[in-house]
Order: sequence, then structure tokens, then C-alpha cells
Amino acid sequence: MSRLYTLNIEQVTNGIKNEEFTSEEYVSQIIERIIKVDQKINSFITINDNALVQAQQIDKKIRSGSTVGSLAGIVVGIKDNISTAGLKTTCASKMLSDYVPPYDATVIKRLKDKDAIIIGKLNLDEFAMGSTTEWSSYGLTRNPWNLDYVCGGSSGGSAASVAAQLCTASLGSDTGGSVRCPASFCSVVGFKPTYGLVSRYGLVSYSNSLEQIGPIGRTVSDVKKIMEVISGKDTNDNTTIDTRNNINTNNYDPEQKNNQKIGLLRELINGADESVYQCIYSAIDKFNKFGFTYEESSLKSSEYALASYYTIATAEASSNLARFDNIRYGFELNPDDYEWNTYFSKTRGNFGDEVKRRIIVGSFVLSSGYYGKYYLKAQRVKNLIKHELKKLFKEYDLLISPTVPVLPFKIGEKIDDPLKMYLIDINTVLANLAGIPAISIPIGFKNGLPIGLQIMADEFQEKKLLDISEVIEKSININTSYPDL
Amino acid sequence: MTSSLPVKIGLEIHCQLTQLNTKLFCSCYCNYREKEINSNICPICLGLPGSLPILNKKAVEFAIMISKALDCKIPELTVFSRKNYFYPDLPKNFQITQYDSYGTSTSIGKEGSIKYGENYKIARIRRIQLEEDPGRLVYENGRTQALIDYNRAGVALVEIVTEPDFVDPKEVRIFLNKMTSILEHLNVCNTNLEGSLRCDANISIGNGKKVEIKNIGSFSDIEKALTYEITRQKTMTIHDIEIKAETRHWDDKRKITKQARSKEEEEDYRYFPEPDIPKILLENLSLIKTSELPDERKSRFINDYGLSEHVAQVLIDNKDLADLFESAIKIYHSPKSISNWIVSDILAFIEYDSSGKKTITDEMKIDAKHIAEIAKLVDDNTINRSTAKSIISRIIKTGELPSDIIKKEKQTTTIINDETILLESIDKIFNEEKKATLDAKHNPTAINFLLGKIMRMTKGRADPKITTILLKKRLDEEV
Repeated sequence: MSRLYTLNIEQVTNGIKNEEFTSEEYVSQIIERIIKVDQKINSFITINDNALVQAQQIDKKIRSGSTVGSLAGIVVGIKDNISTAGLKTTCASKMLSDYVPPYDATVIKRLKDKDAIIIGKLNLDEFAMGSTTEWSSYGLTRNPWNLDYVCGGSSGGSAASVAAQLCTASLGSDTGGSVRCPASFCSVVGFKPTYGLVSRYGLVSYSNSLEQIGPIGRTVSDVKKIMEVISGKDTNDNTTIDTRNNINTNNYDPEQKNNQKIGLLRELINGADESVYQCIYSAIDKFNKFGFTYEESSLKSSEYALASYYTIATAEASSNLARFDNIRYGFELNPDDYEWNTYFSKTRGNFGDEVKRRIIVGSFVLSSGYYGKYYLKAQRVKNLIKHELKKLFKEYDLLISPTVPVLPFKIGEKIDDPLKMYLIDINTVLANLAGIPAISIPIGFKNGLPIGLQIMADEFQEKKLLDISEVIEKSININTSYPDL
Repeated sequence: MTSSLPVKIGLEIHCQLTQLNTKLFCSCYCNYREKEINSNICPICLGLPGSLPILNKKAVEFAIMISKALDCKIPELTVFSRKNYFYPDLPKNFQITQYDSYGTSTSIGKEGSIKYGENYKIARIRRIQLEEDPGRLVYENGRTQALIDYNRAGVALVEIVTEPDFVDPKEVRIFLNKMTSILEHLNVCNTNLEGSLRCDANISIGNGKKVEIKNIGSFSDIEKALTYEITRQKTMTIHDIEIKAETRHWDDKRKITKQARSKEEEEDYRYFPEPDIPKILLENLSLIKTSELPDERKSRFINDYGLSEHVAQVLIDNKDLADLFESAIKIYHSPKSISNWIVSDILAFIEYDSSGKKTITDEMKIDAKHIAEIAKLVDDNTINRSTAKSIISRIIKTGELPSDIIKKEKQTTTIINDETILLESIDKIFNEEKKATLDAKHNPTAINFLLGKIMRMTKGRADPKITTILLKKRLDEEV
């Protein structure tokens, strides 16, 4: 069997269940490809040595006629900030270079329960703080479409590995766009679910109130299949929500797909670079024939979104990252001759520059005398945006915009300018602040560099959002091309 | 006159909810005591990356019960906050607690009060909140490094903050006795366990600044720490030395307070709402019923059992004694005599424990059945009071039943009311005390002398009434 690595989830699971090829054959091919291709893009931090053994177990199950899970045999790459029992989880940080979690994140457990194979741990910006995957202590990840360009971030490894066909699908985490941005830059599908739909248990917290784990796949259909498995109430995460009640409020009829009213977010579209702007409108032309209604709409509060996002995210991060003091786990450092305060200082010097920057900013906005001025104000902006979006969703079924306002740029271009770097997130942070679902799907290329379309829906409207995304994906029809590596 | 400067004392009491099964945010055991070091831990209480706190609802219920017992207002909803500071015993380097800020009240209870003492003085309660206990630093002899035991990390604490309503250390002690009894009656905290109840105090005198004393390990030391601190502050005032706002630690060995840090360099804890725990609605929970409280129980003891105010109070102040009393009267319904035996005799055998409270320990092998039997044996005139007392001091160590002792040692324990035996004794005394016997025919005092001799001879076991009657009868016969 040749080129099994090109298959989508359905093709892989059917192929294995129908014994057209074995799980072992598929995993072997993938590992071979990782060894050959990943030296070019550096999307993996750790490869799971057990993957082949797990594949053999699945084959055994199938041969013996036992039932297998809905994801049997697919290989999933995991962003290295999601805990995997027995498999290093470094967060791309020196702080956790020797950390092996004793437990599986809920999403990992759910994937394993459906016989998916965890192929390895993927590169990211240290502790998911960044938009290009250049801030990793394991080296940067390159864009598979052009190796001189950034792949986006922070889930850069998750997007690049899927684009480079090194895994069937992957998981990333999205705090301010960290799934959607790299998906856009790497021309794959990335999805950020409604806050509370997917358990965060085992996801190393960056900003708890904003982030969700989300899947990246080469098609919307693949993303849907992963979502079916990982979403749902989890007793290990008090912020997860029982969706059985919320699904009912979803007044969407799948038979009426074409009756959707779509809002084009003016501020976000007009703020984009020329090439991105043009690509958005030519894409709209392509799926116009499906009979959706379009209208320009406005989100006035969007200009405060980025400031609000970075205030809340850094505040929470400064507290979340306090636990990394190398006392209970971390890396090798002999504590002899240190007083504990100096030991803390010594070990915490191992954070990278961007992480240090965010801890400092976050500590500042929470300090007494500034809390009301920054943190509380940011929370009020968050509520304002949530409220304004809620109102828009009374009028529109979906809201669209570019995922990122710019094309992928050259490695090193923005690394020294944090503000320019933060502006990359300007369109994506809205969904995190409002807790609503948002997807990025590929809609075209400019000079060989991918462009993504962001579609947002009201909270818990995942079915509608993913169904319509599939319609749009088919109409644009670019998913069949993949980078030549 | 400095001695008349008014003293203001406020308390912060930390009560471990030892009667929970599990910790505040994970399913590790709440009972960490006597467990092997670092064996009572999990990813959550160890703060491993990616772990999330799962709120123990029972802990919220317990905190509500305490709030209701202390007559607090219970808000409709509450939230948790993070208190950020670095310390090795704190696994996440922040503590999940509750904090009032920017007009948001985040306690479980607030603005309550307790009546305490004979004059029913009122102490106001400012707030009652839930938080997690940190781990414990362990210092071993000959080792320069401290070791950390996280078994305690994450155990639920209720913090009870009073207004500065106490004027002297004695009031504080009486108040804390009452508080202890309330917590025991609610069955939320076994206050006998070491470290289950801890207390910090704020003290100011006159217009002086507020000084906080931390690290007071036991309730018995609180009175000492407060007395020391008041003397210190008064002495400073006499010498016109300014009293600074500061935190002082109680030095348990030297019995003094010493400076920990001045408030100028007070840490900024950067409180903010805990994002991993959604708001908790307390409306329905506030309907939770509390068990019978000390005040209610005391009235019942007085009204239903006819106990005196004093006896009822002594029993109530120590739930173990009150429970012992109620179990004993179920076996033998004589509330007055049983309560008297407990308060005047049993209590004397109970030692003060490390927390400064009188505690019935496992080594004391006496229970309700023993006390009921003692009371009945005395009431039935089977044994006399002094025999009863010596039996008590014996069974406390051995656990033997009084009835068994009586059976086995009838000759030395029971009251002698057999006339034949008593007459034998009388005749023996008449022989030995011929002069007194002659005297006694006319002189009642001499009768008492003879009775005393008989009592001594029978080691106090002769029934005095019967013996007196027989004595008189025999004297008449002697004519």
C-alpha cells in the first residue's frame, strides 16, 4: 500500500477495519515519513515509542473479531502542553524538560478509548505563548509550504504536522487563536470549541478562562470526528458544561443549510492586508452560489479586544506559571547550597523571554493599585464584547472574517517586536473572550502562502458552524493539494 | 494611666474540616495524619501541570453549617480567589481561598455573632470563608535542608474572622471554648486532633497600631501569647515607644512573641478570581439544617433533666462529656446523679491535651455503661460514695465494669447492712471500748464515737443508718 499517510480519518478507520491494510502498516508509514520529513519542519518534540505496539494491538483486536473504537488506528499528534501519561510533556520549555506526567488529560483518555494512537508530542511556543512557534526551546517549527516562513502559533507543530501529513489529525490548544492561526498559515482546518465544551483537565494552563483544546485536521469532516470523541462534560473539569441541554437550544435545521444569514465583520476584513482582503472576497464569490445571505456587519468593541485579551491572559498566566519552581518536578538542578528564595530565582530564570515578559506584565496588572485599572477593566471589555456578539448572533447565523489579517511572514521578521506579534491575534481573540466557537478553513494562497477564513457562531452552535464550514470547504475545494516535502 | 488603656483583640480561627472524607479540591483523604510522608497526594493537590481543582460540595455545606451556627448572613452566590505567594509548602505557589475585593463579597458567611460566657457577651463575626491548607515543612536533625510533606496540602480549612470585640485574654479563652464546642456539635471538626484548630490574633491597645500574632500552635497558648503581647505593648507605651503595625510570631519554647516582618514590606498577594471554579450558588445550600447547637442542648439539659446552670455548662463546653452524659442516662435514667458523677469526679481524671482542652483519650477506659453502673450502685445503696470514687479511679485504667468488681470483691466493696454482721461488730467494739459504751447510754456524742469506730473497722462499708439504729438498740439492751 502506498501513500497511506494521505488518507483522511474515515479512509484510515475503514481501511483498517476492512483489513485493506493494517494499523501497523499505517503507523510504520507515518513514522517513516516523520523521520524523513520532520527534519525539515521540526514539528515533533517527542515521538511515542509505543505507537507501533498499540497498532499491533488494534490489528489483533480486528483479527479476533472484537469491536474497535470509532477512531481505530488513526494517529493523532498532541500539542506538547497536553498531559500524556508516561510520555514527556515539556510545553517546549526548559522548565519541564524532564517532566513525565503520571496521568492522561481527559482528551487523551477519550482518544485512546476510541482506539486512536498517540503518535507523539508536537512543538509549540513555550507554554503556548506566541503566534509563530519561534519561541520554543526545542527550535522553531517551519511552514511546510515554504520553509523560510513561520507556521503560525502557538500550536505550530500541530498545524504543520497535519499539513505535512505526519499524522491523521492533531490536537492544539487555543487561548487567543493558537489553533486557528497556525491552521490558517499551514492551510489546514483548525477549530476552537465553545468554552466548556471540551475538558481542559491535563492541558497545562496558560489562561484558564479563555482557552480550549481544539482539533486540527485536513478536512472539516476530520475535525468533526475528533470533536465527537473529545467533547462533553468531564467530572475532572468544573468548567465543562453538559451539552445535552444546550444542543436543544440550537434552532438549526440541517436540511436548511442554505438559509443561513452571514455577517461579514467590517472592522476585521478592512483591517486585513490587501492580498488577504482580496482572497476573502474571491472566496465569498465562490460559495455565493449556495444561496447564503450576506451582509456587512460591525463589531465596534473589537478595537479593545486585543488589549483586553492580553491583560486577562497575562494575569492568569502569571499565577498559573508560579508553580514551576522545580521543587516537585521539572529538570535536574542540585538544590545544595541554595536558600529557597535563591533556588526559585535560579530555576525560574529558565523561562524563555516571551514567557518572562508575560509573567511580568501579568503580575503588574494584578498588583494592588492597578488591579482595578487594568484587570477589572479588561474583564468589563470582555463582557462588552460578549454582549455585542450575542446581539449580532440574533441577526446573523455566522460571522466571517480573515483568520489572520496578514500572510505568513518570514522567520525572524517579528520576533523582536512583541506588539506587531500580538497584532496577529487581533481577529482570533474575539472568540476566546466571548467563549464562542470559531473555525479557520483554508480558502486560497497568495505567492504560495496559505490564507484562512475564520467563521464564528454563537455558543454551542458547533453543529451549524461545522456543517456550513463543510459546505464552504467543498465549494472552494483546495483541500486536495498538500505541500511537497 | 497605661493600665487602663483599652485593649482590643480580634481573632482569625482556622478550622480544618476533619470530618470530611476528602480534601477540598481532590479525592485524596482528608485524614492525612499518621500517613507515610507524601503518600496522600494526587496530581491535583500536588499542583501538577494541567490539573484542575474540583470543589468538594460537602465542604461548602460544612462552611454553611458553621455560618448558620454563628448567625451569619449567607450570600446568594460565592466565588473563590487565588492568593499568590511563593512558599515551598504551597504546591501551586498560590492558595485557593476567598477574598473580598472591589465590592464583591466572596465569603460563605458574613456579619454573624456569638454569645459567650456567663454574661452572654457578644462577639461579632466578620466573615467565614473556605480555603486550602498548604503542605508541611519537615526539619530533620542534622540535615540543613527542609523536607516537604504534601499530605496535608489541599485539606479544607474554614477561616472564621471576628471583629476586635475582646478586651482581655480570659474572654478569648471563654470564647474559644464556646467556638470549639460549636464546631464539635456541628460534627465538622474533631478539635482534639493536633493542628485541627489554629488561631491568629490581632491586638491593639489605646490608639496604637494593630499587631498580628501568628503561629500560635494551641488554644492553651493563646492566653499566654495575648498576655505577653499586652504587657509588651503597655510597657512600650509607658516608655513612649511607638507601636508599629507588624506581624509577630509566637515562640512556643520561649513563650514570647517576636517580630516576623513589618507591614511596610507586606506582600502583595495579587488576588484575582479563580478561573477554574465557576460561581457557586448558595441559595439552596443555605437551607441545610444544622445539628443541635450547644446553647440549645444546654437549655434542654436544664429543662428536661433538671440540671443546674453550672453543671449543664460544664457538660456542654466539652461535647465529649455531654455525649457521655446522654449515653449514660439512656442506660440508667438518673440525670442528676450521673451529671454530678461526671462533673465532680470523672472530669478530674481527664487530662488537658496538646490543644489545651480536656479530652477523653483512648487510654481512659471508661464509658457510659461504667458511669451508669456507678450512679446506680450508689443510688441503690449498694456501695457508698467513697467506694465509688476508688472504683472510678481503678476502672479508668482497667476498664472493668463496676458490677463485676462488686461481684468479685463483695467483701471489700459493698455496704454492710446485714444485721447479724453489724451486731457482731458492735459487740466487738463494746468489748474494746467499755468506758465509751457506758458513757454512750447517756451521751449521744459518745454514740457517734462508737459509730466512727465501727466505720473504721469495716473500712467505711457499714451502713451508717442501720448501724446507728442497732447501736442504740444494743445500748438499751445492755442496761
